[in-house]
Amino acid sequence: MSRVSLRVANLRVHYRTLRGDVKALDGATFTVGDGEIMGLAGESGSGKSTLGKSLIRLDGRMRHVEGSVELDGKELPIWDSARMNTFRFREVSIIPQYAMSAMNPTRRIGRMVAELVESRGVGFGTVRPELERRLDLVQLSRDVLDSYPIELSGGMKQRMVMVISTLMNPSLLVADEITSALDVSTQKAVAETLVSFRDRGYVKSTIVITHDVSLVYQIADTIMVMYAGKLAEKAPTDVLVAAPRHPYTNLLISSLPEVGVRFSEKRLTGIPGSRPSRLQPPVGCRFRDRCPLAFEKCVEEPPFVEVERDHFVACWKAY
Amino acid sequence: MLELGRISKVYKVGAFGGKDLTAVRDVSFDVQAGEVVSLIGESGSGKSTIGKMILRLSPVTNGVITLDGVDISTFKRKQLKDYYRNVQGVFQDPFSCYNPIFKADRVIGMIKDEYFPEVSGPEWSGKVDASLEAVRLDPSQVLNKYPHQLSGGQLQRLLIARALLLDIKLLVADEIISMLDASTRIDVLNLLGDLKARGLGVLFITHDLSLGNYISEKTVILRRGRVVEMGVTDRVFGSPLHPYTKSLLASVPQLHKKWEQVEVELAAQGAGLSGRCVYHERYPSAGKAPGGDGGPPTLAEAEDGHFVACFRLDGDGTC
Amino acid sequence: MTQPDQAGPDPGSAVGVVPEERVAVTPVGPAAAPATVRQVRGSREALYFALRNKKLLAGLTVVLLFLVVAVVGPLLADHGPNDYVGPPAQRPSSQYWFGTTTFGQDVLAQFLYGVRATFLVGILGGGLAALIGMLVGFTAGYRGGVVDEALNMFTNIVLVIPTLAVLLIIAAYLRVRGVLVEALFIGFTSWPWAARAIRAQTFSLRSREFVDLARLSGVGARKIIFKEIAPNMSSYLVMTFILLFGGAILIAATLDFIGLGPTEGTSLGLMMNNAKLWGALQLGMWWWFIPPGLGITSIVGSLYIMNVGLDEVFNPRLRAM
Repeated sequence: MSRVSLRVANLRVHYRTLRGDVKALDGATFTVGDGEIMGLAGESGSGKSTLGKSLIRLDGRMRHVEGSVELDGKELPIWDSARMNTFRFREVSIIPQYAMSAMNPTRRIGRMVAELVESRGVGFGTVRPELERRLDLVQLSRDVLDSYPIELSGGMKQRMVMVISTLMNPSLLVADEITSALDVSTQKAVAETLVSFRDRGYVKSTIVITHDVSLVYQIADTIMVMYAGKLAEKAPTDVLVAAPRHPYTNLLISSLPEVGVRFSEKRLTGIPGSRPSRLQPPVGCRFRDRCPLAFEKCVEEPPFVEVERDHFVACWKAY
Repeated sequence: MLELGRISKVYKVGAFGGKDLTAVRDVSFDVQAGEVVSLIGESGSGKSTIGKMILRLSPVTNGVITLDGVDISTFKRKQLKDYYRNVQGVFQDPFSCYNPIFKADRVIGMIKDEYFPEVSGPEWSGKVDASLEAVRLDPSQVLNKYPHQLSGGQLQRLLIARALLLDIKLLVADEIISMLDASTRIDVLNLLGDLKARGLGVLFITHDLSLGNYISEKTVILRRGRVVEMGVTDRVFGSPLHPYTKSLLASVPQLHKKWEQVEVELAAQGAGLSGRCVYHERYPSAGKAPGGDGGPPTLAEAEDGHFVACFRLDGDGTC
Repeated sequence: MTQPDQAGPDPGSAVGVVPEERVAVTPVGPAAAPATVRQVRGSREALYFALRNKKLLAGLTVVLLFLVVAVVGPLLADHGPNDYVGPPAQRPSSQYWFGTTTFGQDVLAQFLYGVRATFLVGILGGGLAALIGMLVGFTAGYRGGVVDEALNMFTNIVLVIPTLAVLLIIAAYLRVRGVLVEALFIGFTSWPWAARAIRAQTFSLRSREFVDLARLSGVGARKIIFKEIAPNMSSYLVMTFILLFGGAILIAATLDFIGLGPTEGTSLGLMMNNAKLWGALQLGMWWWFIPPGLGITSIVGSLYIMNVGLDEVFNPRLRAM
């Protein structure tokens, strides 16, 4: 990848709860290049959504403990919600999970967009032509601006939200599980739309958060796998899927059923055990208890290092 | 064992119940003992409705469902209870199947109260332990706990164990995997595969083709309430006939093949089928809406065990 | 294999699974979440918040205070409420803490007996209304269909009946009425809104999957309502009862005040009625009508504040945390 667009260093974000701090994201360091689509894959509890949201600082329960985020050379004040306001929507944008339900049901969509852009100091009239062009691009009729959200189907709403989120051409777009509630055919359309946004320069870098590795395999340039709040592996897509170095990635990929693989012929295996607690995470590598390759050194936490060009792993056995 | 004969479900919608919404239209298929049948459809296909009708949670509008030849709609209270000794269901969201204010094993207690009231304590514990073992759960880890203390996979397996206590013939599994983590999904799927070896019949309702392909012997593809293709899994996935099936296969994100590649393969495969409608070749006299009383069946047998409906996708389209 | 103490999903990701590691107790009351409901540490958590909720504590304290007065008060009074014991129209003094009425009756004694009567009518009337409301609401909500339509119609009819007119007719026929009749009347006429509310909640709970599972376990309808649905609405039912209780007191006071209350005994409303009838306002006998008025206001007001506090306890989204 050419220039580095996003640089995250040692980001730690915890959630406050009555029982203590949930260490949802415990030290993430990575970069995303200009024009890169990075897939952020992981199971529930891996911290991927927390990472995505912390880049735009949307959730009031989150507590920024440590770490910095730099976008296009500028430091993002992610710990300060008020200061982040100038960056939101313009430079960093998010398509949140359940975005389809996020549109105000009592507002016509056009009016909602108008209010949104005007709250950012941009006149609706100036963006309207561009908005309409983009609606055409995602194959939405211009009439949607006069409709209420309930009149649109799930896929249409998702595409609408995607258009709205990228209206100001943000440098970074975080797409949080944007396909999970959709049908298979709409998933493909939405995923391809995301790629087309990048191809047309509407967004610079994209982080696609998902639990579905096969989906990001289709559209992402690199994939980063997270486990229990820590980064496990990051590599170009084809490399990660064909030759993963982290045991978790390996097990995860081999546990995914595919069209063509039958139970009677080849029995897939899952990953035994369950996630560690994020209130009191274990010492050392978090995957230790479930890892078939674990040995004595694993009580020491493995660092996330580059083992070959653009391929980062956090595993003692992989170095 | 279980047979659906031309099942339809019509809802009355609109302000005064004026309009009709047909959720399921003229669906017929069967599930034999020791066989997993996948019912695959996207949202709005009516697959969950069919599951509910089989479980007698929703009445059938037209058509007959029979278990071993007996029409299940005739059952009253006591017979219905007996029916549930043979047929049970597991649903999508494991956490919502459990009453949150009670312990998880209460679902097992309910079975004892209703079906095994005279069984003594130790004997019942023995049965429960055997059931839990069959689903590979450790009794000490799941009994006496609240639902939130257990993981989704454990809860699903507990529900399967509950069903097994009754020595059922048929299990209706409605999207039981979709809310589980990738690493636990395969374990529950493998469990279903093992249970079928014991003679259990499973109706596996899902939207995920790769899962259906992995686990089932027969596949039924549902679209907007109608069966469009049905048959042995290998044939349906290996050489799909109906354009809808093909579009589904083209949209599923696969882990080692990009979408473009899949499209090319499918196009090559289906080259011989363009411009033809297999159904109307078999039943040239059938009109636009086949399947009426006295008319030809809704599906044509393209090859042994592989059935397909008319290729027409929408109401007035051509096939 | 280690078992995590919290095996739910993470607070923001995953496919459709509701975040769990947030502030504990999930809503079961009036604003119940449409998706998964989870009471993490259930009653213990509720208790923790209950003990810290100022509104709940304040309201509860006042109500309990009055309850003590209702139970113990009349036992401490030296004489009956309507006995003529002292000089008429006396200001409050050390002998008669609340003064006397124009007839020389002890206002304090009246007050003590009045509070008791008020509580009685509240519990009886409110309780009866709650019972009927639950019966109608649960049945209509669970069964749906024709039964629901019929019960709805019945509810609407009762709602629309001009209760005052009916009461006037009853009053004409029953020359002598006690607190019981009043309570019965209130109970039979104030249940519709409770039935509606309970029906709505039952409707939404009925389509939940754990109810489906109970049906699949061969559990009968009545058992399902009482063992699956009602416990999930327990906070709602408690609050409904509190509102009915407070409402019953208020209605009783109103009826008493306009003279349609019990013909014997005394109640706070009756005190106010008498005070008005005998010109206490004009004569400046504030000690006759202010205590009962304050009494009613305090009890009913505290009940409503308690209710708001309870709502906050049961519904974590309303908490100022």
